[in-house]
Amino acid sequence: MSQFMMLLHTEPPIKGAYTPEEIQAVVQEYQQWSDKMGAAGKLAGGNKLASDSGKVLRGADNVSVVDGPFAETKEVIGGYFILEAEDYAEAAELSKSCPHLAFGGVIELRQIESM
Amino acid sequence: MAEAEARDVSGLVDHLFRHSAGRIVSSLTRVFGLADLELVEDAVQEALEKALTHWPFRGIPDNPGGWLFAVARNAALDRVRRRTRRADATDQIVELMEVKLAHMAEPVLSREIADDQLRMIFTCCHPEIPADARVALTLKTIGGFDVREIARAFLAEERTVAQRLVRAKRRIREQRIPFAMAEPEMLLARLPSVLDVLYLMFNDGYNALEGDEIVRRDVCAEALRLIEIIAAHPETGRPETHALAALFCFQAARFPARQDPSGDLLLLSEQDRRSWDSALIGQGARHMERAAAGDNLTTFHLEAGVAAHHAVAPSFEETDWEAILGFYDKLVRLAGTPIIALNRAVAVAMIDGPAAGLAAIDGIVDHPALARYYLLPATRGEFHRRLDEPGPARRCFEDALRMTKSEPVRRHLQQRIAALAASAES
Repeated sequence: MSQFMMLLHTEPPIKGAYTPEEIQAVVQEYQQWSDKMGAAGKLAGGNKLASDSGKVLRGADNVSVVDGPFAETKEVIGGYFILEAEDYAEAAELSKSCPHLAFGGVIELRQIESM
Repeated sequence: MAEAEARDVSGLVDHLFRHSAGRIVSSLTRVFGLADLELVEDAVQEALEKALTHWPFRGIPDNPGGWLFAVARNAALDRVRRRTRRADATDQIVELMEVKLAHMAEPVLSREIADDQLRMIFTCCHPEIPADARVALTLKTIGGFDVREIARAFLAEERTVAQRLVRAKRRIREQRIPFAMAEPEMLLARLPSVLDVLYLMFNDGYNALEGDEIVRRDVCAEALRLIEIIAAHPETGRPETHALAALFCFQAARFPARQDPSGDLLLLSEQDRRSWDSALIGQGARHMERAAAGDNLTTFHLEAGVAAHHAVAPSFEETDWEAILGFYDKLVRLAGTPIIALNRAVAVAMIDGPAAGLAAIDGIVDHPALARYYLLPATRGEFHRRLDEPGPARRCFEDALRMTKSEPVRRHLQQRIAALAASAES
């Protein structure tokens, strides 16, 4: 079993883009997905990343802290999930069922290197 | 109320966000005041959007409503703080609010929630607020409906709905309408206008066949929820309130039967009565009993009486048309609108035949209020059809067709015309 990190890239939600009913539908779809993953023993965790702290640190002496790395596209990583899977193919298969893709988001899937 | 609502598989009650929005706006306005209604609404919107970005990753919290309330409360307080800082004013106002809010959690007692919402209903239906904005304001503020949904339900432009809301809120500020539980006498004095708004809300939802079906049902459910709050309150639970609640229950009971599976309209005579909601009919009957207390006879009583007879009739033919005609006769005397006269004619036709029905309409055929009312020619067409006069029947149905843009209604009328042609050939 290996662990995989799903980084969920999203456009920041546009203010007022969703009605309360639509928000409920979106939230429920994610919940159903993570419930399903959890029940199958495939989900090791997940959390929200603070949306206003997307900074990049660069430089050895004069460290600069700048917005990014996705400032140009206004994309941020909204949060992450950690999956348990046999191999990358299985992790990708599990990620495909995540509603994030259906809502137009992008998922970056990385294997966590085990020692 | 939340306790009775169905839980979704994912652990959220139906309409959690919409209902929470309405509840939280009503409760926070008690502290922040009506002048800051917009600030409170923005804070609630922020809470909903925070749930949208957090819950997918962190999971739905154990007490979702309480979570939303706490986030909205803090967001509102933040906004007041920022404003105070900008205005360079003292922090006294903020301190006072912080003290008030420190221990304010989501109200859990249904009585508290009901009081907050009752206060908001009476505010949104205030006579000072433009009449065309009251329904939208009530749906938005207490019901948590989105502007887009209100526009969809009533086939109105989003911009028009938004403008009405802006005007209504401006009026609230300008007139300094207080957000306080009015004195019992004041409550009673304003009750009729509140009931009128809910009547309009329900009928708009029930009759606007062009609008989005799901949202329209929700609008009717909201009117029913609000009338139940008013009916449960000792001061406002008057006989006329119960009469209106009964009317809503009987009408809403027919919702599942009004369209066939392909979305085509079914007339009362064509509906499968087994699919009427018997629980709602029972609820309506209980309201009807309480409506009978006292001797104030309102149009709500009479309309509910008509609806009650339809609700309990085993079939269209076996309906007690004499009793229904009796209610319509009283309605004509009390209100006397041409639409009542038209409905009365249907009862007349069921008792004395379609020719008598046509005669009963004679007086209103040229009424200007009905000039664009497709149900007038459609009803006349139906009487002619039953008199076996396909020519006039066809002309009436064609007139009706020209008066409506509603697709389900147009399909229904076209089927009527096609059936006339088919029976003429055979």
